[in-house]
Amino acid sequence: MNHLMIMPIVIPLLTGAFLLVMYRYNIGRQRSLSIGSTLLLVIFAVWAILQAGVSDYTLYRLGNWQPPFGIVLVLDRLSAIMLLLTALLSLFCVLYASRGSDREGSHFHALLQFQLMGINGAFLTGDLFNLFVFFEVLLIASYALLLHGGGRARSRAGLHYVVINLAGSALFLLALGILYGLTGTLNMADLARVIATAPEADLPLLKAASLLLMVVFGIKAALLPLLFWLPRAYSAASAPVAALFAIMTKVGFYAMVRVFLVVFGLDEGSPANDTVLAWLWPMALITLSLGGIGVLGASSLRTLTAYMVIVSVGILLATMSRNDEQLLAASLFYLLHSTCMTAVFFLLADLIGRYRENGYDRFSVISPLSHRWILGTVFLVAAVSMASLPPFSGFVSKAWILQSSSTLPDYLWLWAPILISGLLIIAALSRAGSGWFWRPEELADKAAPALDGARTATVCVMIAISFSLAIFAQPVMDYLEAAARLIYEPSGYVEAVLGDYVGQSREVTE
Amino acid sequence: MELVIAITLGVLTTTGVYLILRARTFSVVLGLTLLSHGVNLFLFSMGRLTTASPAVIGLVENYTDPLPQALVLTAIVISFSMTAFVVVLALKAAVELRSDHVDGEDPNEDRQ
Repeated sequence: MNHLMIMPIVIPLLTGAFLLVMYRYNIGRQRSLSIGSTLLLVIFAVWAILQAGVSDYTLYRLGNWQPPFGIVLVLDRLSAIMLLLTALLSLFCVLYASRGSDREGSHFHALLQFQLMGINGAFLTGDLFNLFVFFEVLLIASYALLLHGGGRARSRAGLHYVVINLAGSALFLLALGILYGLTGTLNMADLARVIATAPEADLPLLKAASLLLMVVFGIKAALLPLLFWLPRAYSAASAPVAALFAIMTKVGFYAMVRVFLVVFGLDEGSPANDTVLAWLWPMALITLSLGGIGVLGASSLRTLTAYMVIVSVGILLATMSRNDEQLLAASLFYLLHSTCMTAVFFLLADLIGRYRENGYDRFSVISPLSHRWILGTVFLVAAVSMASLPPFSGFVSKAWILQSSSTLPDYLWLWAPILISGLLIIAALSRAGSGWFWRPEELADKAAPALDGARTATVCVMIAISFSLAIFAQPVMDYLEAAARLIYEPSGYVEAVLGDYVGQSREVTE
Repeated sequence: MELVIAITLGVLTTTGVYLILRARTFSVVLGLTLLSHGVNLFLFSMGRLTTASPAVIGLVENYTDPLPQALVLTAIVISFSMTAFVVVLALKAAVELRSDHVDGEDPNEDRQ
């Protein structure tokens, strides 16, 4: 058993706990600890990517208890990708926050580490109840992070966010209770095995449980009727926190893929699964359209970015609900691109807002801006990438989504909202850019504060990563295709996790 | 016993949902608490309802499934801490926004 696998959970846990105890440390030490921990996470995530490339499933049995009795961590290509994305994103968020935003309130770095622990745990766990626990860990850290810095807007947005997520947790437990009552297990692989052979009489309850889970993950991912907390919360959060939250909706997406495609997907054409996917398809499309409208109507860059998060969620869930292997691989590529770019825009809104004389990131205010050329260029490049124009990763991912969905019978339903929302994003971003960089005067040099090199560099490196995703698209696409193939072979997952146990129980029953 | 449990669950959940949909933060917090009580009871009853059978192997012939009890314990701890957090947050919001309305302001305030 390889103990490296639990490191993405243990490292942030220990760092976070240590930072809490040592909160009197000067901020410099806290920062270097936090940066060191996230750097370690990046290294472990790279190891996870390599490991998952070598062997399809790597198991870690906590306390060496045999699954399905003990909790098991499962590393496959999908979780490895999510781990690397989280680690890189958090590294940039910590670097950006270390330029001063972490001083607005206390315990920023400790909370961020706990949040990372929850996210990494949710990506690794192979047990449904353990998934609930890690969800709670990441949620309670995110509640505190959202409120970081204080202020009326944050309290108001935080209250909505906390209450809707607490209601979601209650529903999650109800779904888990139903599943346990029916199957007597909460291990994902064992659950998949039992659900595949469930008697006809259990189907209505299974459907109820899976729809409840859809609501729960829909709250996390911001699916249509459950997304109204998102724009306010994300635009109220401080910039590095909002950038880190770009991964949070993707946790909901990941949980949906894992639960609906793997756990409920073992049985060919499983009825419980079909119900969920049939609900997801139209709701995701409406989410996507609503996001597009919101992008156009947003009054500040942060709100605009929050709606771009909603657009990306709509695209991800719509492509996932078509239940197609190629399309899932394409949407995973889009996930990498959209997480990276929405995070860039949250940081960029803060960066540009700092150098505007007044109005921060609001569009309605025409205000003189310092460092117009540098900031304008960065914004232009980021906008081109966000709007999915070549030569950036957004173009590759959307082209791949459109190409692989063209074989589906109802592909036009997907193409129309994706392309129209892309157009709306282009319109909104060019309006924002021209209003900010063309119309106002350059601020007089004396009054202008010096450009913060580290903050700008962080944003530039993130954009460069999005660019390199397009350059090295082939190996990334190969990896993602392999990841999607594993998702669509749930029997391999069950075999890998349960292994001997299934054989033994067969012998007993025979 | 099934009937008593079912009625209790129903009452807890109904009042919980009703209170969550109220406009003041205090009733919302109460609603969340009641809902989580209902959920905990539900989780507990998923181990099947039996009497005089402890969750220990060897004492009696039919022992109870201990797993739901462990799950309920975890769920209680989490919901308890979350309730504490949301109480503090609601107080903070009420002080900062000068209103205990869930939206931070009473939409009908201007009309009065």
